[in-house]
Amino acid sequence: MTDPGAKAADPNLPLGAGDVGETRPFVRLDRVVKRFGGFVAVNGVTLDIARGELFCLLGGSGCGKSTLLRMLAGFEHPDSGRIEIDGQTMAGVPAYARPTNMMFQSYALFPHMSVARNVGYGLVREGVARAEIGQRVEEMLRLVRLETFGDRRPHQLSGGQRQRVALARALIKRPKLLLLDEPLGALDAKLREETQFELRALQARRGVTFIVVTHDQVEAMTLASRIGVMEAGEIRQIGAPRAVYEQPQSRFVAGFLGSVNLFEGTVDVAAPDLMRIRTPGGGFVVPPASGLSARQPVALAVRPEKMRIAAGAAQADNALQAVVEERAYLGDRTMFKLRLNDGTVLKVLSAAAEAGVLAVEPEAAVDGGGAAADGGGLTA
Amino acid sequence: MRPVFWMLAFVGFVFLYAPIVVLVVYSFNASELVTVWGGFSLRWYGALFSDAQIGQAFRLSLLIAATSATLAVVLGTMTALALVRIGGFWGRPILAGMATAPLVMPEVITGLSLLLLFVAMERTVGWPAGRGIATVILAHSVFCLAYVAVVVQSRLLGLEESLEEAAADLGARPYEVMRDVTLPLIAPALAAGWLLAFTLSLDDVVVASFVSGPGASTLPMVIFSKVRLGVSPDVNALATLIIVAVALGLIGALILVRRQR
Repeated sequence: MTDPGAKAADPNLPLGAGDVGETRPFVRLDRVVKRFGGFVAVNGVTLDIARGELFCLLGGSGCGKSTLLRMLAGFEHPDSGRIEIDGQTMAGVPAYARPTNMMFQSYALFPHMSVARNVGYGLVREGVARAEIGQRVEEMLRLVRLETFGDRRPHQLSGGQRQRVALARALIKRPKLLLLDEPLGALDAKLREETQFELRALQARRGVTFIVVTHDQVEAMTLASRIGVMEAGEIRQIGAPRAVYEQPQSRFVAGFLGSVNLFEGTVDVAAPDLMRIRTPGGGFVVPPASGLSARQPVALAVRPEKMRIAAGAAQADNALQAVVEERAYLGDRTMFKLRLNDGTVLKVLSAAAEAGVLAVEPEAAVDGGGAAADGGGLTA
Repeated sequence: MRPVFWMLAFVGFVFLYAPIVVLVVYSFNASELVTVWGGFSLRWYGALFSDAQIGQAFRLSLLIAATSATLAVVLGTMTALALVRIGGFWGRPILAGMATAPLVMPEVITGLSLLLLFVAMERTVGWPAGRGIATVILAHSVFCLAYVAVVVQSRLLGLEESLEEAAADLGARPYEVMRDVTLPLIAPALAAGWLLAFTLSLDDVVVASFVSGPGASTLPMVIFSKVRLGVSPDVNALATLIIVAVALGLIGALILVRRQR
């Protein structure tokens, strides 16, 4: 059952984004399928996660990301496929015997126990000596800056404090794999940002492998070393946040991570060094994409912040004639809504500092252009 | 609008509680005649406490109520856990139906069917030998189980399942999850269920009359037989005491159920 090459890897190995040096993945999902009645929650997911990675499963509700996490924790069992953690198959291993700990979306703190007993519960079940439990609980509470809250009950804490108790409770057993289900969902914006960076620092310091489930793309981008975008029980794209954002491979991924302007068109010229795409709104010159040939229908995705607005009319590649419909001032940026001649509505995000742009009033005719290097062709 | 409301409420409360108030008032009656007021007195309470038959029946009723309430809590909790925590299993609809059947079943039928069962068992397996305390306890456990199951079930449904998962995730085996998390969290429902079962057993006369045997008359059975010979004022005193006991039990159960939130 066990991988013949499996040997216990050093848990104090260097960390960081996806250890390249290690050949065997730390977590391996192999064609995992999970059905609930007739509904396929997870549809043949294959995924390798390296030791020390902070992997983010990103997707809308019902995409199967939580089910995947629950199968790793042992609360659900796959109908088919294999799950391996640290070289050991998890088939038949109950939740209490797995080298994982989970931070629940609702935090799931035991309401009848004090904060200290909540945090120490995992060690009590492990049979750790009393004195050591006290010491490690104290240490853990200090880490999450709740050292004076040990005697409180969970309901006496604020949302942010509860979240830190849940994190401390999940970390105290020093799990090899920490599973976090929407860890920041219940926090306000300021606390979220703070906690995001805290989680990253913690992950780097402790060397735990994190798998985070979230529907929030900003959370995924800031936290993760790699993101897996899920839809309908399948992983649509895996990659570093930058790669997934800049080179989405499908309309779904492009639209799910941030906002995007989609231009439907056809490939005009597919040369080795560049590609020309014709759309009803205008022509684009973009870097070549493999697998595309002339006369193929494509969609071109351009991020709003990759477009610039210029007054007047220009006849050039990657320049479109448009009319400003609306302008929304966002403080550090300004969002423009533009309408092309063929009726397509575009969004363009300008840094507020950009000279002249703020002066553009609605109804003004402008040029909106996507810089050639930033466009990307999509076939899906 | 307001005066009308208060008037209706008053009529309603009179309708509900006047008989009980009359009974309580007459329990302090000095007169020998049940329906004639002869001044305040505690003599019937005195008579009650010196009545050996009633004393014995009272102790028996307490024993039966406490034992069957405890049995009902154990069995009812197991039933509720099976119905709520184990999703679909073979026979689940049958168990769900059978567990709640005593709630709607006429007591006469419950009593009669249990009597027939006990007689048939005595003939085939030789147990229970005759009818007495044991058969009353068994019968009461059965119909109290249904009430406990309902109370515990609603508590379990309100319990966040991820709490149990969190315990398992932290290394608790199933019985440790039960001991450390599930039971402490449903404890108020267990206590409420126990009190409910206790009061139900204490005031049952129909089922007990069917399945009890000679020498095992519960308090309500004794009262019932006394009243048949003509109402004597000491029964008023006894009834008052029972009302107090049952009311305390129910209020306790209510408070416990409320506090769960």
